[in-house]
Amino acid sequence: MSYSITEPSSRQKKVAGSLVILYAFITLVPLFWVFMTGFKTPPDSISYPPKILFTPSLEGYVNLFTTRTRVSPETLQQLPPPANFAEEIVRNRNMVIAGPSKYGERFLNSVIIGFGSTFLSIFLGTLAAYGFSRFKVPFKDDLLFFILSTRMMPPIAVAIPIFLMYRKLGLSDTHVGMILLYTAVNISLAVWLLKGFMDEIPLEYEEAALIDGYTRFQAFYKVVLPQAATGIASTAIFCLIFAWNEYAFAVLLTSGTAQTAPPFIPTIIGVGGLDWPAMAAGATIFLLPVLIFTVMLRKHLLRGITFGAVRK
Amino acid sequence: MAQILIKNLRKDFGDFTAVHASTFTVEDGEFFMLLGPSGCGKTTTLRMIAGLELPSSGEIHIGGKEVANLPASERDIAFVFQMFALYPHFNVRRNLSYPLISQGMKRSAVKARVLEVAKILGIESILNKPVGGLSGGDRQRVALGRAIVRDPQAFLMDEPLGALDAEFREHMAVELRALHERMNATTVYVTHDQLEAMQMGDKIVIMNEGLVEQFGTPQEVYNTPASLFVADFIGSPSMNLLPFSGSVEAGASKVDMGGVEFDMPVQREHCDGSMVLGIRPENISLTDASSYRSRVLATEYLGTSQIVTLETNHGAVKARVGSSFDVAVGDQTGLAFDAGAITLFNAQTGKALQSVLHEGVGT
Repeated sequence: MSYSITEPSSRQKKVAGSLVILYAFITLVPLFWVFMTGFKTPPDSISYPPKILFTPSLEGYVNLFTTRTRVSPETLQQLPPPANFAEEIVRNRNMVIAGPSKYGERFLNSVIIGFGSTFLSIFLGTLAAYGFSRFKVPFKDDLLFFILSTRMMPPIAVAIPIFLMYRKLGLSDTHVGMILLYTAVNISLAVWLLKGFMDEIPLEYEEAALIDGYTRFQAFYKVVLPQAATGIASTAIFCLIFAWNEYAFAVLLTSGTAQTAPPFIPTIIGVGGLDWPAMAAGATIFLLPVLIFTVMLRKHLLRGITFGAVRK
Repeated sequence: MAQILIKNLRKDFGDFTAVHASTFTVEDGEFFMLLGPSGCGKTTTLRMIAGLELPSSGEIHIGGKEVANLPASERDIAFVFQMFALYPHFNVRRNLSYPLISQGMKRSAVKARVLEVAKILGIESILNKPVGGLSGGDRQRVALGRAIVRDPQAFLMDEPLGALDAEFREHMAVELRALHERMNATTVYVTHDQLEAMQMGDKIVIMNEGLVEQFGTPQEVYNTPASLFVADFIGSPSMNLLPFSGSVEAGASKVDMGGVEFDMPVQREHCDGSMVLGIRPENISLTDASSYRSRVLATEYLGTSQIVTLETNHGAVKARVGSSFDVAVGDQTGLAFDAGAITLFNAQTGKALQSVLHEGVGT
């Protein structure tokens, strides 16, 4: 039988496929469990043995977005009939909706801080990477190493100095403060990744544009940037994932106005007992933006990961 | 179109001097070749003319205007890159119109001009294709189109045929020369291929290690090389260089090479000590009448002619003789040199000794 060196055999393909499926299963089960728990009722969510089949309920989502007060059955009787499904669900537990919860605000904070710091990291990172890639910068290697060195320690190692600094500067619990902090952590990654991408773009493209009568900035903007789109997209995903998921600094530095979703979600536990469905609902919604962003840019991400491996 | 004047142009990269004080003139409408081995500074010179490198010192005049310190975008020149450097995210039409848009030309005028250029180059049918899928030749045509579309002061080309395969190169060289005849545009063309330079150029500058070795027409550099480097670099096979020591007086028309005397052009310079006699293979004939004896070491049959390698007292010599000439390895034969084709070199300086041949020839 003839066989090819480069093309895997059908048995190899089967083994590889099974491994991928197994890995996907292991990673996806917890996610699926979180997703399911979001649609369970609180008793279902803590029943033993765990329920795989259950009647879906929106109670978790209602609890996530509302604050509720317990009332006596008599008071409940005197209330007008529930205006919507949410009220109905809440009244079944002898409670009434007292107002909206803070989840919406916290989620919005996450969006502002996550995307804001990603944008800033990419904006500054692209310019810096272009500069490092194309121009003679004094002490270039030292500067690049210095930038990289900020990545070598775990960010939390500097938590206390940053906490004190932010308090003095009045940046604690502000959007600007969190955006600056996440940008500072992400920018080293952005500069290094993007510099790699910029280095791969042949100089001739810009030179052609310069000769065609464009300024350096126009050449950068019109010729280099479209070439670097892949790199920018994959760098943006990495930056966003970090800023979006960051927990330690968020716990330390935010408590109210600028609190992001990660430190908020666990606090749901404290409100009216262990409300697992509400937490799971919060986690599910929290996962969506990064998921959508990554799926939207996945083509670029894949190309980004294999970038430079094969010369085009 | 314009004349390009280069005066004492110099470029240093740190401690390394890429170009030493180059001086030459490209006349209006000339097809001008910058020739030399890799690393000789020819591309650096071209990039300085284009404004992609700033000279360390010296002057560049394009059309009477001193441009040495102007940015590339203000020099009004076009550049054809070896790797084409077409904008990969545009299709052919946008690539061609891009230089015009920067000048603020009207859309309708851009369209008309692009079409006109596409017709000249025969690429109308691929105007709407992305540049990614084009063949090497078509890319080259688009790159040329992008250069000529703007009607610039001069064209600068950096080994534009270097990325093409041999067969297609020949074809593009002819096409390029025809295009030049038609546009009559001042063109500076960098190449390391001496055949390409001889074939296409009106004038050639030969550079070596950052220095201009010689500047002249293909005939001048071929017939009267100004230095040993040029003699060796131009021609295939290159000039035979026979070292000897002796003495030559100004006004002499004979040279004594240890026992044998050769007639040569009347010398204008005196030289003592070690010298080199240069003679092209086609100026050597095999004749028993000559007292300069040699033995045949090898023969190479080339169809229209054959190259015979001979052993002499002064080293191996190659002669080009008719392919019907009967010669076999091991034969003893005499060698006669064309008196008018001999150039003497000073072995110390590497420079040619001036003779009547050099009158009116620039270096």
